[in-house]
Amino acid sequence: MSLARRIIPCLDVDGDRVMKGVNFVRLRDAGDPAKLAARYNAEGADELVVLDIAASRDQRPTFLETIRRVAAELAIPLTAGGGIRSAEDARSVLRAGADKITVNTAAVARPALISETSLEFGAQAVVLAIDAKRAGDQWVVMVRGGREPANRDAIAWAKEGVALGAGEILVTSMDRDGTQSGFDTALTAAISSAVSVPVIASGGAKLPAHFAEIFTNGRADAALAASIFHDQIQSIRELKEFLSARGIPVRLPC
Amino acid sequence: MKITLLDYGAGNVASVERALQRLGAASQRATAPECIASAQALLLPGVGHFETLIRALDARKLRAPLVDAIRGGVPFLGICLGLQALYAASDEAPELVGLQLLPERVRSLPPVVKLPHMGWNRLLVKRKSSLLEGVAADSFFYFAHTYAAIDQRDETVAACNHGTEFVAVLEKESMFAVQFHPEKSGEAGAQVLRNFLRLCA
Repeated sequence: MSLARRIIPCLDVDGDRVMKGVNFVRLRDAGDPAKLAARYNAEGADELVVLDIAASRDQRPTFLETIRRVAAELAIPLTAGGGIRSAEDARSVLRAGADKITVNTAAVARPALISETSLEFGAQAVVLAIDAKRAGDQWVVMVRGGREPANRDAIAWAKEGVALGAGEILVTSMDRDGTQSGFDTALTAAISSAVSVPVIASGGAKLPAHFAEIFTNGRADAALAASIFHDQIQSIRELKEFLSARGIPVRLPC
Repeated sequence: MKITLLDYGAGNVASVERALQRLGAASQRATAPECIASAQALLLPGVGHFETLIRALDARKLRAPLVDAIRGGVPFLGICLGLQALYAASDEAPELVGLQLLPERVRSLPPVVKLPHMGWNRLLVKRKSSLLEGVAADSFFYFAHTYAAIDQRDETVAACNHGTEFVAVLEKESMFAVQFHPEKSGEAGAQVLRNFLRLCA
């Protein structure tokens, strides 16, 4: 018996619409978040992530309303993030119906954000999101939606985040995101081997074989994707059947 | 019949409320001792830290009425931290006293596996329980925890394994508790909640 590997669709939300970009830019509309959430809940997604890509203060009420609408559709866990700068921000997101929060740019600027939220809500509710970009033989952390380098090594930052109380790492390969050329196996495996908490791989997924690869050689505990699910290039059910046939433990939908 | 949800300020009360609504069950939030004393059925949802839960129960003077109600046979369902709270103590906050309805100590899962135990896992059913009626034996449930009741006793209905075996479902007279989150466990979780509602009726 073993813990199932998780398949997690991600909704990048701007206000009340789902958006999809390529390499973090060139955005286009991909639908209504609540409708997509209901579809993924029914199709056997293991969790859902909703990220506020605008992450601006004045858009906050709209994002919280989106979380409420999405949560109402789900009988699976919901993670929400984007623009969380304080325990207060985290509280409002959790109160709106999320089970976990992601922290990213604000945690790089002020790592105590991780310990503060972890102490108040528990490590299981705090996901450290790391946007990593290859630089020579290492990966550097990028912030502000992947636009700025943070002068931090991604693996060292993952370890520090876990020491501060993060209960999970969501690692996005900036090099692969939106390319549909496969997850970054080396990056994910390096982070997964370096930390004691579960790791969610993100960026670059298209084919079922990409998922099989990230769950084996990539040592990922969960895999996240957006457009291939939104655009129905890949059905979650068929993906899970593919993985199950290869001996990877997954929760098959009824 | 109404389910009284203990709202101690942390917890994922809203998620549980939504799950009960989907099943057509009425619920109300209890933040004061008198709401517990008059409850027909109690549900203690929980996420987060053992210390936050125990301190919040004590600050709101909910401990005594809760223990009295459970001992008095009011149907009770504890979820996640709501299961752990039933024990004498937890290594997560060693200086605090739990509800002491069960004598063991909650301990950390062994760090030979990734912690928290986060995601969907199966149960090892130990005996028949009304809470698991109609639940397929190979069903997955959503877990999100690091600490667990590792010492099992007669109350254990089902265990789960992550690094070691621990209590996933327990039943003692009308006291029920689950380490997983039924409100986040899709149809299998809904069936567990349905069973609890039926037991309360």
